[in-house]
Parts: sequence; C-alpha cells; structure tokens
Amino acid sequence: MKCKEILEKLSEYIDGELDPELCRDLERHMEDCHPCLLFVNTLKKTITLYKYASSEPLPKEVHLRLHDYLKKKCQDR
Amino acid sequence: MDLSDQALVEKIRAGDFQAFEALVNRYEGKVYRLAMRMLRNPEDAEDALQETFLQVYRGLKSFEGRSTFSTWLFRLATNVCLMKIRHRGTEPAQLLPLEEYLPRHEEGEHPQIQDWPDKPEEVLLNKESRQKMLEALERLPVEYRAVFILRDIEGFSSTEAGETLGISVAAVKSRLHRARLALRGMLSSYFEKMGS
Repeated sequence: MKCKEILEKLSEYIDGELDPELCRDLERHMEDCHPCLLFVNTLKKTITLYKYASSEPLPKEVHLRLHDYLKKKCQDR
Repeated sequence: MDLSDQALVEKIRAGDFQAFEALVNRYEGKVYRLAMRMLRNPEDAEDALQETFLQVYRGLKSFEGRSTFSTWLFRLATNVCLMKIRHRGTEPAQLLPLEEYLPRHEEGEHPQIQDWPDKPEEVLLNKESRQKMLEALERLPVEYRAVFILRDIEGFSSTEAGETLGISVAAVKSRLHRARLALRGMLSSYFEKMGS
C-alpha cells in the first residue's frame, strides 16, 4: 500500500469501517512509515479536539429568551 | 421517567404546551451548538434556534415519523442555518485544494509532518486555539462544514447525517473525509508550533 492510498482510506480506518484485510495492510505500512503514522495520529487528534471544544452549555439567557419567544408565538394565536 | 420523543410529540399534538417545552429543553443545547458552529455568530445562532423550534411546533402536525424526531429536527435546524448563510451572501468560503493539506513524503520531499503536543485536550484548548479551530471550520465550504458538525461533533451516523442533509451516505463519507483532512491541514502548523 502506498502513502497516497493510505490517505484515501484514513477516515474509514478511523471510523472502524475499513475492510479487515486493508486495515492490516494499512497498519503494516504505518509500522514502517512514520509520516503516515503521525498523519493518522494528528487526524484523530483533530476530531477529538473539535468534539471536546464543542461541549459548551447553552447560555441561560438564550434559553429564557427562547422559551419566552415560543410561548408568545405558539400560544397567542 | 422521561417520556420518549414520540410520546412527547403525541402530547404536543393533543395540545399540551408543557410537553413542547420539555422537548425544547431536551434539544435546545444541541441545536444552539449546531447553529453556533454553522453561523459563528451568537445573534444569528439565537435567531436560528428560535426559528427552528417555531418551525417544529408548526410542522409537528405534518411530521409523519418516517425519520426519528431528532433527525427531522436537525434537518429543519440545518436548513434554517443554510438559509441564513445564503442570505448573508458571503459564502462560500473557498476551500483550498485538498492537495494543499496532504503530506508530500512520497514525492521524494523531506517529510514535513511533525507530531502535535501530547497534552490533554483542556491544555491544548486555550482561547487562542479554540479561535483558530473556529476559523478553520468557517473556512470550509458550508456543505463540508455541515457534514463535519453533524458526524464528528454531534455524533450522527453517516445515514442520519445523509438523511438530515438530503445527500447519500457515500457523499457524507466523501465530504467528511475531505473536511477532516482540510481541518487537520489548516491547524497543523499551529499545533506543531505548540509542541516545539
């Protein structure tokens, strides 16, 4: 497997959707190809960081305004 | 015990406004986060949040239950955000060609890839890095951004994301892959520096 082919398959690999045989090929390749290994690791980190950075709560005042708005719009008809 | 979405939907249809408020409470945080990521502006995100739930209330009569309530809700929310983006007239941001973000170690060039710092997320995610990440996300064309948000941030399956956006599973996977590569590429020089 060449580096370019690896790159095309990385999302399937990360999501656990890659055919087992291809998965083994890919892992064998990464044992010898440090840049590909780093690429996978940093790609995984990208996803983890976005997930982690996106967990902020809804501001209380936005919640209150939403409920006021809906009460007005949905009940005063 | 919490009622299921479907049970709440039935109550709302029977005129129970409290059931609607319960359903809003259940999903308002997720819808707001989606809108913030899509629109990157708190006022627009709040508008989108209000508009989405108003559409939910008005549309519940025609909700046929062919998809789950949450898929239907996120489809409405995503469409509200897409409409707002189109009205702004500033999109699409141009995605640099994917090749810009791929390593070149196969072409005889010296590998340029460095690892990112091996620190916990809370250390990596200072104010500046969060800002960089948001800017990178905003640079993705909206159809890629929407897929990345639904799949990788909100945790939808490819099928659910496809249903929400009205595209095939194959298109979801292809856009997701490109979005991930592009985001990694845009952030790599910043995080590599953090590690050095």
